[in-house]
Parts: sequence; C-alpha cells; structure tokens
Amino acid sequence: MSAVLIAILVVPLVASLVCLRAPVRLAKAISLLSGVATFGLALVLVPSHEVASALSGWLRADALSVVFLVAVTFLYSATTVFAIGYLRPGKGSPEARYARRFFTGLNLFAWAMAMTPVVNGLALLWVAVEVTTVVSALLVAIGDTDGAVEAAWKYVLIASMGLGVALLATVFMYYAGSSVLGGSYEIFYPKLLAAAAHFPPEIVRLSFGLAVLGFGTKMGLVPVHTWLPDAHSEAPTPVSALLSGALLTVSFYAILRFYQVTVKAIGPAFPRDILLVFGLASLVLAASYLASQRDLKRIFAYSSIEHMGILAIGMSFSAPIAVIGVLLHVLAHAAAKATAFFGTGSVIAKFGTKDMSRIQGGVGALPWSGPMLLLAVLALGAMPPFGVFRSEFLIVQGGLLQGASALSAVLVVFVTCAFLGLSWSVSQTMLTPTADGVLRGEVSAWMAASMVIGLAGLLLLGVHPPSQLSGLLERAAAELGAHR
Amino acid sequence: MAALGTSPTTLTDAADVLALLVLLSEFAMLRSSLSRSQVRLYAFQSLCVSVLAGFVAATRHIGELYGLMGMSFVLKVIVEPMIILRLVKEVRVDVTDSHRLGVATMVLLAIVLSVFGIFVVGRLPVHSKSLPILALALAAAVILVSFLLVIVRNDVVSQAIGFFSLENGVSVASLVLAAGLPLIVELAFLFDLLVAVVVFGLLMRVHHGRARTLSTRTLDRLRG
Repeated sequence: MSAVLIAILVVPLVASLVCLRAPVRLAKAISLLSGVATFGLALVLVPSHEVASALSGWLRADALSVVFLVAVTFLYSATTVFAIGYLRPGKGSPEARYARRFFTGLNLFAWAMAMTPVVNGLALLWVAVEVTTVVSALLVAIGDTDGAVEAAWKYVLIASMGLGVALLATVFMYYAGSSVLGGSYEIFYPKLLAAAAHFPPEIVRLSFGLAVLGFGTKMGLVPVHTWLPDAHSEAPTPVSALLSGALLTVSFYAILRFYQVTVKAIGPAFPRDILLVFGLASLVLAASYLASQRDLKRIFAYSSIEHMGILAIGMSFSAPIAVIGVLLHVLAHAAAKATAFFGTGSVIAKFGTKDMSRIQGGVGALPWSGPMLLLAVLALGAMPPFGVFRSEFLIVQGGLLQGASALSAVLVVFVTCAFLGLSWSVSQTMLTPTADGVLRGEVSAWMAASMVIGLAGLLLLGVHPPSQLSGLLERAAAELGAHR
Repeated sequence: MAALGTSPTTLTDAADVLALLVLLSEFAMLRSSLSRSQVRLYAFQSLCVSVLAGFVAATRHIGELYGLMGMSFVLKVIVEPMIILRLVKEVRVDVTDSHRLGVATMVLLAIVLSVFGIFVVGRLPVHSKSLPILALALAAAVILVSFLLVIVRNDVVSQAIGFFSLENGVSVASLVLAAGLPLIVELAFLFDLLVAVVVFGLLMRVHHGRARTLSTRTLDRLRG
C-alpha cells in the first residue's frame, strides 16, 4: 500500500512538470492520464482495512484520509476531462503559453490537495493546506483581468490571515502535546491521539477554536467566508470546480483532524458547539443570499457555503449515522458541485457572459449540458435519487435520533430555502425560451462528458453505494469517535 | 503580571523588552501614513524577532534556531522590505490617505485589542522554558493589532505589511510555545516564504494594472 500512497503524490507532480514544457495537446493528454491514474490509485485504498503508511511514517492514510482522497482525486479526474474542452486555444503562442501555465497549475493544485489528507501530523497538514492556498491563488489570478486580480488579492490575504490563525492553533496543540510527550517529539497523529487524554483542557479548547476559525476561513464558514464568492466566480471554471468541491472539503478535513484530537482530550461537547455555531451561521446566510445573486458562478459559490454549513452542523450531531452522512456528503457534494460548475462553464462559453439577466434559454441552446445542469441543481437541493439526498437524509436522521429535533427542523427548512433560491434563479436562465441568434448545440463534447461523469458518481452514491465504500465510511466515522 | 509564575531575571527582562519592541513597532506601523516608513518599521520588527530567535537559541542551546534566525534575517529584514520599497518607489505615490478611521480612534482600538490579548493569553496555563509568558501575551497583542492594520488601512502595501507582521507575531508565539520543536518554528518561516511569493506576484500585478495606484479602493468591483 505504501507504493500506492507515494504514487498518488508523484503522478500529479510529474504531470505538472511535464506540462511546463509540453505542447498543449500533450499537456492535456498527460493531465487526463494523471487524473484518471490518481483516482484509480485512490480507489485501490478503499477496500483496505489496514492503515497505509509510507516514507517512515510521514505519509499515512487511514479511512478518514481515504474518504477525502477519493473526493479530491475523483474531482481531479473529472476536471481534467472538462478542462480539455474548456481550453481550446487558437494557434497563437500566448494562448499556448496560457494553456501550459494553466495545466501546470491545475496538476500542481491537485497534487497539493491530494497531499493534504495523506500527510501524517498536524504540522505537515498545515503546510499542505498552505501550499493549496498558494497554488490556487495563482490559478485564480491566471486570467489577469481586473476582477481576477481583485479576487486573488482578497483570497490570498484573507485565506493567509486565516492560515496564520490556524498555524497558531497548530502551535498550541503541539504545546499541549509537549506537556505529556516531552519537549521534542515526533508529531504523528497516532501518538498525539494516544496521549490526548492527558492534554491540558484550556489549551486544547483554545487550539480547537483557533483551528475552526483559521481553517474555517478556507472552508468558507460564515463569517470568515468573504473571499469565497469572489474567488469562485473569477477563477477559470475548472478551477472553480476544484475550489468548491475539493479545496473547501480538504480544509474541512483539517478541522476534522483537530476535532479528533479535541474529542479525545476534552470530550465531544465543546467542539460540537463550536461547529454548530459556525455551521448554522453559514447555512442561514448562504440560504438567504442565494436567491439574490445575478452571477451564475456566484450563486454556486453561495451554495458551497451552504453545504459547508451542512457539514459543520452534521458534525455537531452526536449520532454515528450523522457522521457517516457527513462523510458521504463530502463525496456527494464534490460530485454535485463539480457537475454544476461544469454546466456553468458550458453556459458561459455559449452565451459569453456570467450575468444571469443576459442568459436566456440555456436548455434550448445546450441540448445535453442544459438539462444536466438542471439535474445538478436538483441534486444540490437533495433530491432523490442523487447522493446528496442520501447524505443529508442520514444527517437529519442522526439529528432526530439524538433528540435534536428542533435543530433538524431548522436544517431542513434552510436547506429547502436554499434549494428554492438556487432552483428559481437557475431555472430563470435555463428554462426560458432561447433568444434568436443563439445556435443550438454543445460547446464541447468533453465538457458535456465531464458532467456525465459527475452525475454518474452522484447516482451511484444515491442509488446504491458500493459496500466497500459504505465500509470505508463506517471505519472513518469510527475514527472520528462515532462507533455504531 | 503576578500570574506569570517566572521570577524576573536579566535574561527574561531582555526577552520581554524585545517582545515589547515587536508590539510597539506594530503600533507604529498602524499609525504611520507613509508606506516607506511602514516598510522600515516592518524590517525593524523582523529584526527584533530574529534577535529573539537568536536569544532562545543561545539560552536553550538549540542549534537549528541559529540557522533559522539567519534565514529569517535575510528574508524578512532585507529581501522583503527591499522588494516592497522598490514597488513603492516605482508607483511614486506614497500612500498618505489610506486610513479608514482617524489615527486616534485607530490607536485606541489597538490599545483595547492589545490589553485584551495580553490579559487573556497571560492567564493561560502555559509554562515555557524558553521565554517568559509575557512574550506570548505580547505576541497575541501583535496578532490582534495586525488584523486591525489589515482591516482599517486600504492600500495594498499596508495590507501586505499587516499580513507579514501577523506572521512575526506567530513566530514569537511559536518561540515561546514550541522552541523545542524546530519543525514548528520552521513552519512559521516557511509560511512567510510561501505567501511572500504569491503576495509579491499579485502586488506586481495590482500595481502594473490599469489602476496605477496602490489603493484598494479600486478593488471594489466584486460585491454581494
């Protein structure tokens, strides 16, 4: 298994280096191969019951890591398919240079996100999240328009300040560890978790609070979400898909690692309360902003904030089934949001604008992507038979089992509000009659194919998740302290 | 600060003074209206942090910290300030009018935040062998004031400097809490290095862009 772990990190890095020099066609082929290969490698880890580790313990993948690894690599592979259609440069050398830079950055971004769940220890975790910020900020700015530079500046400033706070959280957690484990110790998760019961509670509490605030900035939790809508709407669409589906959840993974240690040290009540506050704020704000957006990509950005809120609320329910639901939601949201962004990519390419008041009749103009975008919206609104329905159902069921029926009701109400806002806005642009002069036809078969991949994943998760995957989710939930 | 629990000696006094200088330079950055003097203050603050690292290295005999001190000296006292100063010079508009609040209000707010940081963190049950806990409390104040700096100043130089000084605050905190774990202290340095690359890359673009100014007032297209 250690070879698989190393390969997952080597393949995208090599692809990224090759793309620096390669002609555009080759860069596309290499990226696609790298995406598919990494996803395949991640799937190899799914049925394994043992904890994979490599490089004398510096890389480690338990069930929790594998869940996030599967989400990231699935999205990576689907995004490379989309990007092949998205970037169709002319003959000029500036376009070719842009494409090379783009694919180099895309692979590097995927590499950094794949690294985050498999490094062992909070310090390396922080480094990996920081690397994702650096690479993705450059990708947001790659378009070099006024809007892109503005979004990238806000993103890098706010996210880096957040990560400064997260670094402080890491330092405090190590200080807590050093009071038990001695002055200098190897700081891997198992050792930290084994000793956590004796950590000083005040320091652990402080550290967890800072970690939620710091990594929550990157995860897009309200009120530290402010960079998110700008970055998502100004980045190139494949990058938006990765930002929303993978980057936010990878930051959530970082919070979960702190959660794991905190629960062992001071019990679950405190971390759950903190997550509940941030989660509710995110859900309520996003749900109320969704209906008033005029930019097709911003609307999905707010939908991401909503779903991050759902994840945080789900973790605040103590029932094991809710934790399983949260982990399933990570996968399902990744697939649904990526499909939605891929669809907006086609719509924007077709109509040449993100402004929803100038997009009319998307379904008429795009015979495949249009309906699939609507399906993605239904999936995001937790309609059966898609994966998000199953995951949100499990979360609500967990809340009800625990006796938090008022909270579960609030969750359902705001999720419904968000769905109404999202479906209303999107159907206004997609289901109206097509304006004259807009030709009917797909922008690119690759872009449509990427949506098929996303929807297939969603259907699989919703209708019948493979038993190995269910086993993986249960093991991961148990690692988070939720035993069935 | 009776709750500190360490008996004052010349060494801990020296460390406290250095940490205090870090906080005072943060205040000076906050109120300074010239970008140039802000950058110089940042260089001075970084110098204090480097000396503090050297101090911990010498008193606790941690060899790695010397190397780190050298690297952070080169990067934060020389390279970063030089790059920003060159940028500021090229734009020729030394930002003078980027305060969102009056100087008095700003400094008062900063004092409130510092007092809050110092008293809250000063009460934590922290026992460090390397530095007095007052240094940690001051670091918390530096971090809070650096947030204020980023929020109340609206030019990109102040915001970048605010971020870098946040990192200085985190560095001091990690020297107090985790000097025995060079890996952790190195993280703070790595943080600075990584973000510096992107921040400077973007700074150049903002400044070579159509705006020809370092004010963030032109960065207001994206709302809602």
